[in-house]
Amino acid sequence: MTDGPEGEGRAAFGQKSAELAVAAFFFVIGAVVIADSLRLGTGWQEVHGPRPGYFPFYLGLIMCAASLINAARALLAKRAEDKAFVEVGQLRLVLTVLVPTAVYAGLVSWIGIYVASFLYIALFMRWLGKYPWWKAAAVPGCLIVVFFVVFENWFKVSLPKGPLENLLGLG
Amino acid sequence: MEEISSLIHGFGVALSPTNVALMFVGVILGVIIGVLPGLGGANGVAILLPLTFGMAQTPGGATSAIILLSCIYWGALFGGAITSILFNIPGEPWSVATTFDGYPLAQQGKAGQALTAAFTSSFIGALLAVVMITFLSPVVAKFALAFGPPEFFAVYLLTFCAFVGTSKEPPFKTLAAMMLGFALAAVGTDTVTGTLRLTFGSTHLLTGFDFLVAVIGLFGIGEILLTLEEGLAFRGASAKINSKVVLETWRELPRYWLTSVRSTLVGCFMGIVPGGATPASFMSYGVARRFSPDGAKFGTGKVEGVVAPETAAHAAGTSALLPMITLGVPGSPTAAVLLGGLMIWGLQPGPLLFVEQKDFVWGLIASMYLGNIAGLIVVLTCVPLFAAILRIPFSIIAPVIIVICAIGSFTVKNAIFDVWMMVVFGVLGYLFKKTQYPLAPLVLAIVLGDNAESAFRQAMLMSQGDLGILFANALVGTMTTLALALLGWPMISALLGKLRGKQG
Repeated sequence: MTDGPEGEGRAAFGQKSAELAVAAFFFVIGAVVIADSLRLGTGWQEVHGPRPGYFPFYLGLIMCAASLINAARALLAKRAEDKAFVEVGQLRLVLTVLVPTAVYAGLVSWIGIYVASFLYIALFMRWLGKYPWWKAAAVPGCLIVVFFVVFENWFKVSLPKGPLENLLGLG
Repeated sequence: MEEISSLIHGFGVALSPTNVALMFVGVILGVIIGVLPGLGGANGVAILLPLTFGMAQTPGGATSAIILLSCIYWGALFGGAITSILFNIPGEPWSVATTFDGYPLAQQGKAGQALTAAFTSSFIGALLAVVMITFLSPVVAKFALAFGPPEFFAVYLLTFCAFVGTSKEPPFKTLAAMMLGFALAAVGTDTVTGTLRLTFGSTHLLTGFDFLVAVIGLFGIGEILLTLEEGLAFRGASAKINSKVVLETWRELPRYWLTSVRSTLVGCFMGIVPGGATPASFMSYGVARRFSPDGAKFGTGKVEGVVAPETAAHAAGTSALLPMITLGVPGSPTAAVLLGGLMIWGLQPGPLLFVEQKDFVWGLIASMYLGNIAGLIVVLTCVPLFAAILRIPFSIIAPVIIVICAIGSFTVKNAIFDVWMMVVFGVLGYLFKKTQYPLAPLVLAIVLGDNAESAFRQAMLMSQGDLGILFANALVGTMTTLALALLGWPMISALLGKLRGKQG
């Protein structure tokens, strides 16, 4: 994967590796489910009938079996069919959104959802949209005020707040 | 005609000023949701569902809440057509087939005609499906009243096996995705014995994974990541609809009555069977192309090629609610979210609804008629406004949608943990979509997992562990056999194909 022409259109991952990775994910989850079911007991119990692990145990078995078959099918697929799962340029775009989104989700518990949302939308507009700073501040500014009124006042739903809201006496 | 009097009573419930206002709010929100990338019927309803918790507690509130949410669903069904025709971007999977002829029409400057045809045929498809629901659902419900745990488990089995048998994704991927859904449903406290399962000591997992968070992440975040790959810009035809175009198109439409009837039948059938709206729209497009005298010109911009998939998609989307209200088994992911809503509001979906919650059921059915009329009015008059939404640059709309999804996930249980889970589900949704793991059976399994399991365990208790109870009488035996046949169908058809290949 390292040799090959440099560029945005180059495959970052092949379809086959992605298929195998997803199949492996399913297998691991299936194995975890089986392990926990064995702990809970998969057999028959008086009064309650099937033990709590009975149903999940077979789910796990089916999941592991199905993922083995899926992995085998991916391995047996013809080489010509191993097209790009995602191209470098596409992956970069996806990551430029995914990474800030993950950071945003992490920040919510520290600084509250309103400030985090403001920063997230503003930086997104500034970096990906190349908007001037004042626009990138005005749009999310107005939006979070609208969100605040709609959720806190209309629907009486309290969203996570941080130090800033406490400072303003809104917490 | 007991149904007629019940329906008239239902109209009385649905026509209260609050409910009519909610219908319009729902439809408008629904169209916006259908137009926006990353938001669709299923996660749109999922995001708004927590906001109805309070509403549903007031007397008659559950009916208002279901009217609001089901109208969002109708709106989303309508909205999908707008983006397909004007932008060649199917807003919803079931509008993919609409792009085949809708977008060429728009490029020829006939966007107004294509949109009118799409909206009108959607309306007709939905209307015929609601008529079917009105008369068929009380019958099905009455029939299902005699169901015990084995019968219900057989219905669930049939639903899930039908996914494996009919889905266009590889069967073992469908199976794996479905089992993941069941496993996620099993996390938390076991409903029968109270034992903790699959929590591994985490307090966040005590109450299990919420299907709403999964839906918001899988469909919302996953969809946005997929859209990103295509680049950041939308290019679209301009939308103008005036009364002259509408009337001209309406004059043309009766010519395609046969196509409409065929598409409605395909749609209703596919909607009740958990195949859903998407295959229905493709099937109906294919059938119309085969039987139409203009079949060869399909794909170049024929109005008939818009009528067929739209009628079928709406008929299917609407009739997906029939098994939901009568059996408690939804026919589509959005119906699954609505069903989850009923459970959260404290209503037990299933045949008993028709006995115990007459106002609710008939109010809902009446609102299906009214909601679709409201929908038609809204989309015909406001298309340019909705199309303008797509002209908002992606670098503004994408983070706003993600923020809305995050707020939606948080409000489900007031837990920040769910916002993190939303991101995780988003990545999974992106990977699954790209590797052809279907999301619909996964979501259905999360919603129905606990019910399916407890039906199974009760059935096993009845028979003292003998699986033979699933074949104990003609009814349950037929359903189980049919389910197993559907489960084996991919293998049977592959085998038949090979045999035929050898002969040829």
